Amino acid sequence: MPSYVITEKCDGCKALDKTACQFICPNDLMVLDKAKMKATNQEPEMCWECYSCVKICPVQAIEVRGYADFVPMGAAVTPMRSTDSIMWTVKFRNGMLKRFKFPIRTTEEGKAVPSGGYATANNDLNDQLLAQEPEALRLNELYTIK
Amino acid sequence: MADFETVNVTTDLLILGGGMAACGAAVEASYWAKKNGLKVTVVDKAAMDRSGAVAMGLSAINQYVDLCSGKNTIKDYVDYVRMDLMGIIREDLVANIARHVDSTVHLFEKWGLPIWKDENGEFVHEGRWQLMINGESYKVIVAEAAKNALAESGGEYFERVFITEPLMDGDRIAGAIGFSTRENKTYVFNAKATIVCMGGAVHVFKPRSTGEGLGRAWYPPWNSGSSAYFTLRAGAEMTSQEVRFIPVRFKDAYGPVGAWFLLFKAAATNADGGSYMVERRSELENWKPYGLVKPIPANLRNWLGMLDTMEGKGPIFMRTEEAIQKIAADAGDEKAAKKKLKELEAEAWEDFLDMTISQAILWAASNVEPEKKCSEIAAAEPYFIGSHSGASGAWVSGPEDLQSADTKGDYFWGYANMSTVKGMFCAGDASGASSHKFSSGSHAEGRYTGKAAIKFIVENNDLPKIDAAKTAELTKRMLHPLEHYAAHCKFTTDPKTNPEYIIPKMFMFRLQKIMDEYVAGVSAQFSTNKAHLEKALELLDFLKEDSEKLGAADLHELMRCWENVQRMWQAEAHTRTILFREETRWPGYYRRADFPTMNEDDWHAFANCRWNPGTNEWEMIKRPMLHVYPQPQEHELIGG
Ligand SMILES: Cc1cc2nc3c(=O)[nH]c(=O)nc-3n(C[C@H](O)[C@H](O)[C@H](O)COP(=O)(O)OP(=O)(O)OC[C@H]3O[C@@H](n4cnc5c(N)ncnc54)[C@H](O)[C@@H]3O)c2cc1C
Ligand code: SF4
Ligand code: SF4
Repeated sequence: MPSYVITEKCDGCKALDKTACQFICPNDLMVLDKAKMKATNQEPEMCWECYSCVKICPVQAIEVRGYADFVPMGAAVTPMRSTDSIMWTVKFRNGMLKRFKFPIRTTEEGKAVPSGGYATANNDLNDQLLAQEPEALRLNELYTIK
Repeated sequence: MADFETVNVTTDLLILGGGMAACGAAVEASYWAKKNGLKVTVVDKAAMDRSGAVAMGLSAINQYVDLCSGKNTIKDYVDYVRMDLMGIIREDLVANIARHVDSTVHLFEKWGLPIWKDENGEFVHEGRWQLMINGESYKVIVAEAAKNALAESGGEYFERVFITEPLMDGDRIAGAIGFSTRENKTYVFNAKATIVCMGGAVHVFKPRSTGEGLGRAWYPPWNSGSSAYFTLRAGAEMTSQEVRFIPVRFKDAYGPVGAWFLLFKAAATNADGGSYMVERRSELENWKPYGLVKPIPANLRNWLGMLDTMEGKGPIFMRTEEAIQKIAADAGDEKAAKKKLKELEAEAWEDFLDMTISQAILWAASNVEPEKKCSEIAAAEPYFIGSHSGASGAWVSGPEDLQSADTKGDYFWGYANMSTVKGMFCAGDASGASSHKFSSGSHAEGRYTGKAAIKFIVENNDLPKIDAAKTAELTKRMLHPLEHYAAHCKFTTDPKTNPEYIIPKMFMFRLQKIMDEYVAGVSAQFSTNKAHLEKALELLDFLKEDSEKLGAADLHELMRCWENVQRMWQAEAHTRTILFREETRWPGYYRRADFPTMNEDDWHAFANCRWNPGTNEWEMIKRPMLHVYPQPQEHELIGG
């Protein structure tokens, strides 16, 4: 399946104006059956197991199981993503469990400032310096051979 | 067939794609657009937050030159790249990326990307040029900065619009057409300049897994050669179309090996425990001077492993257990060793969880604990990714100030990263002969391309004309698979099997079979010759004719149809260029069995090609490999 939707849990994102999984899948795989209000991965053999849909589903209805043509059964890798970190649970075929937690960003969601706070003094469209250079290079000048 | 509404969008700068290069272009172009009263428009087939090759995240930034510490120079980076690519690289382009990439990385950090730091507050290097990151949200953060910049400058972005064809006004690009993958709408974009950054291509070749695991290629299944198709169809000169990339990765799930080789210093051994990197060292002599440099070029490392595999000495194992045990043992007493082991374990798993979660699933499903058990590695199938260790892309102008007296006439024509088509710029995987830019370098290249494109607009500030009749014709052609399917699908009881049309998946399999068997795919052990290549071109001709008979049941399949047409064009450019270059230069990427050695006298040169939109003919062009920096002498390279 790679990503699959648990019938019981999916509510078709009824609280949202479009479904989250459909919005995010980079390969346009998730479709919604509007009559049943359930989502499905329409082309599991084109799924990269990127987990974008898994991470975004508001009710944790999407999981991934390894590709049936080469992965032994029984393992599961499950993320819980918050605003600043992600917690992974890795369940082995033999039942062993491992947990890992990693930071994902250091700024508040939505708040990336394009200039990065560097001086944007450059006004010359004809030189080679970019908007925040040279300050963002942490150098006094840009390299050139002239 | 359902009616389609046409949406007309007029803008100043049109950015096609929403990946690393496009986000770089959007951030920088927005700054200059605002100053000059211009508008920037971005179009992505997916959601920018998770589109392109970085959708899942990454665990490393692969290009950081670290100029500010004084440890490296621009020339160091250029030398590294030209040696890795067996001498064939545009030094002006590589140097331009290298001089801007550090500011891109510093911006990433400010935007919120966690980059690993050591106890002195310095970045943790994976290798000389690589930085370790907690990169689960890498793409989310980079897209956020781009969107915020667009918002500040009055720009806009469209998601879920799939771009097919360029629109031309004589020899200048006038925009692009595409369709929505969500509703019955076609789009006509009219712009003063266009930047192409729609990534590289996968599934041109048959992947190793063809069942459910078809999608688990190393390169994401959603990048289908849109950049190559678009630039070819505009009549642009293309370069290095023969330089595919074949990564060696953990077998089947394609998990990254970089941290294992570079950070953990693991070795790869064959079934007998022998190390091909040691035992086959003398083979490197045959690929001098490139075979003698350090690090050994990626394709030659592949080649040594392939020799073992072809001689029946596989499988090849990454000795993860030995590497981890050694680092832990070096940590000191038992307690320190235990602590180190725990740390390494988390780092090893994060490497997969950040960017190839499938590999974590495969390890868990096979009960692999890397500190206890080694894992198999293997060469994947060929991909087109000019930003990584391949080099395919459009032939673009370098910057004016990084040319030598030798290169100036051939490599510079006015605007940095403009292709040979007026007003059409390329960055990331879309621009060629500038490998090893990776995620950070693609973003940096996007940034200065964004500035150059705004400069072009200021100096050519008239809106190119769109020919309404031509646009209508192209739109009809774009939607034809829907019409064709609707006209015939009722003829048979199973719409998947029909004599009048071919469905996109079968079309893709047909292409993959041709490329795999005749153009040095996995089944052919990456080897081909003239007769094979000519056979491939013959079969590609039939395929091209049949592409007119592609059938699509809905918008999703319409996208699949066009993705595969794009792959087919990438395939043809590749096949023709392999045929043109009569030598073997990158043996670990492909071999010409009829020309098994490297020929520096005749082929220390670029193999370029161009499809002529006027005559429908292909032209092959040999361009000189000229130097900005003196070619290093053999004695300077060896052991260097
Ligand atoms: C598996 C893998 C691992 C990698 N690991 C690393 C690493 O560890 N460190 C590192 O620095 N780099 C790494 N890279 C390289 C890095 O991901 C690329 O160099 C970089 O993403 C290239 O940027 P780009 O903008 O050219 O393409 P992408 O980022 O792939 O963006 C392409 C964009 O084009 C859009 N698009 C495609 N077709 C169309 C169309 N027809 N119409 C509209 N939009 C379209 C896509 O949706 C996407 O937004 C890795 C790459 C891969 C594949
Ligand atoms: S995001 Fe979750 S709840 Fe919403 S449609 Fe998809 S699977 Fe269902
Ligand atoms: S895992 Fe990724 S590719 Fe697969 S359905 Fe989810 S978002 Fe799409």
